[in-house]
Amino acid sequence: MAVKFENGVQIPAEEYFAPGHRACIGCGEALAVRLVCKALGRDVIIVTATGCIEIVSSPLPWTSWRVPWIHTLFENVGAVVSGVESAYKAMLRKGKKKLEPGRRIKVVGFAGDGGTADIGLQALSGAMERGHDFLYVCFDNEAYMNTGIQRSGATPYGAWTTTAPPGAKSIGQRTWKKNIPEIAVAHNIPYVATACPSYPYDLIRKVRKAVETQGPSYIHILCPCCTGWRFEPKLTIKLGRLAVETGFFPLYEVENGVYKLNIDIDVEKLKPVREYLMLQGRFRHLPESEIEKIQERVILEYKKLKRKVEMTQKIGEEYER
Amino acid sequence: MPRRVALEGSHAVSEAVRMADVDVIAAYPITPQTHIVERLAEMVANGELDAEFICVESEHSAMSAVVGAAACGARVFTCTAGQGLELMHEVLFVPSAMRLPVVAVIANRALSAPLNVWGDHSDVMAIRDCGWIQMFAENAQQAFDLTLCAYKVAERPDVLLPAMVHIDGFHVSHVVEPVLLPEEETVREFLPPSEYPFPLDPDRPVSMGCYGPPYIYTEVKKAQEVAIENSYEKVLETFKEFKDVFGREYRPVETYRVEDADMLLLMMGSYAETAMLAIDALRERGDNVGLVRLRLWRPFPAEELRNVLRGVKAVCVFERAISFGMGGPLCAEVRAALYHLPEGERPKVVSFVGGLGGRDVSVEEFEAMLRRAKERVSSDELEGFEFVGLRE
Repeated sequence: MAVKFENGVQIPAEEYFAPGHRACIGCGEALAVRLVCKALGRDVIIVTATGCIEIVSSPLPWTSWRVPWIHTLFENVGAVVSGVESAYKAMLRKGKKKLEPGRRIKVVGFAGDGGTADIGLQALSGAMERGHDFLYVCFDNEAYMNTGIQRSGATPYGAWTTTAPPGAKSIGQRTWKKNIPEIAVAHNIPYVATACPSYPYDLIRKVRKAVETQGPSYIHILCPCCTGWRFEPKLTIKLGRLAVETGFFPLYEVENGVYKLNIDIDVEKLKPVREYLMLQGRFRHLPESEIEKIQERVILEYKKLKRKVEMTQKIGEEYER
Repeated sequence: MPRRVALEGSHAVSEAVRMADVDVIAAYPITPQTHIVERLAEMVANGELDAEFICVESEHSAMSAVVGAAACGARVFTCTAGQGLELMHEVLFVPSAMRLPVVAVIANRALSAPLNVWGDHSDVMAIRDCGWIQMFAENAQQAFDLTLCAYKVAERPDVLLPAMVHIDGFHVSHVVEPVLLPEEETVREFLPPSEYPFPLDPDRPVSMGCYGPPYIYTEVKKAQEVAIENSYEKVLETFKEFKDVFGREYRPVETYRVEDADMLLLMMGSYAETAMLAIDALRERGDNVGLVRLRLWRPFPAEELRNVLRGVKAVCVFERAISFGMGGPLCAEVRAALYHLPEGERPKVVSFVGGLGGRDVSVEEFEAMLRRAKERVSSDELEGFEFVGLRE
């Protein structure tokens, strides 16, 4: 059963991530997980890293997972996924497991930005390089929220966190956000995409596409976090939209190396990043000059992305032929 | 009919893994473990073993991958050594608590610094408390046999614990010895395909690895402790079944010429084979000495050890590891096991450490050590430990 439509994308009514979990009110990540699970359906095995989603969904003896789910450690999702995928491959081949014709089990890794950009990057890279048939979803709330808002490699420049606090000698996070989707693209995997739960149809379409892809696929989902970003829970969806409309977090996909912007905005028509930043307590300390600096960087990155779209289009046409 | 073939210890392990018909192997290269996985890679490439071989990017991922595969009900294998075992450290505690029958062979190796690829038991001691069943092999035949036993006991529905077989780096892994290889049929009968009761399966969704807050963590740990304690009897049963099929007998504590001995040398691993020669030589000269080899390291066979050592005048513990600032870790456990024996039945214990980082200990050095042990016992120098073969 499916209940909603937009451009042919259906949102299934079934809930595989059950209500009753312990995520914060207004949690963008819980919403993203719910949508991803709807898109994945029941023929999946989900491997989750330590982090917010694991903690809110699985305090013994309760569980929110209506699909097979395993958590072991923080940094090893890529490796556990490799083992699960290989086990199914071997056991199906050897007749130790059986599936109805046409049925396929997708192995999916879930991790936060810390579990992906920092401590889990090696295991993810290994799994992508080896070409396992899996989907990896990074739920990016831009800091270690589960342990109390510590900075990660995915924290944006200028943001306040508990380990990169602004002060007389600091503006907060001193580094620019690590571009993990680009790292995934560099592995030459068939499908990479960014998504945001503020755009549910786009998100679901991308997950479906990833599920149908043979080989590794990677989806990077920006998940506004009211607790860590310091905003009112009612603004979660709005912030996701502003991240996209300002060009701060563009929605794009890379299919066999070919880039495509899914929400394609003219650079001149991007909303000012100020609108996005000023709704969040974590950026409120920034002086005008720093906001300018961020604005310039966002425009530069957006232009680069647009050029990648142009540059790869031709390759895409050749590929089609 | 079993075939008698010349095999390197490493390749004996590879043969056991092949005959066990594993589904998933994940490994990262490290000396002196490499020959095991190289041979397995060949077997997979040649179609002699139908398995997925995952060339992971680290030992941490090797253990993580086999944990994931075992959670699906696959029969799995990994192996490592030294630094690799330490990189696995965090992951080792997962399959034991999640009750996944992972099997690993460790080619025991010293730990950096200084870098040293040769054998000792520093790596084992650092992962002592990881909750795995752990056994020590002394030679290629035992490496083969105990690998099969590891699968047999680990996968029992009344055990479901990971099991580790230790083989000394180089002294077992790289030495070519005669090995009796059984018929594959016989192994398949001894070790039928595994049936993990709660695999990850979309038709029967389970959640594995939920987190345990303070209100439940202690109970989970109690359950785990009960499981490994109970596994002791199952190890005994496994050894018996093994003997019934293959004819070779193993015990958690094995002895050599212990009759009427007033001093027993106790150790784990391959140096026991050298020590036997020293025992023979000393017996020849009228010294009443014998040898005790600990086959099973976890669960620790305290009761059986007490039964063997009860009433003996003295025990000389030789080991290839140091717990810095404390002494020999094996000796500490032996002493603890003997503590509650009544006075008069409780042997005196002296501790020696040697064979570190691949240093050989000769027959003569074992003889000298036992003579020195006698001196220490008679002069009551029981505290601390002494190095064997140390250049001053």
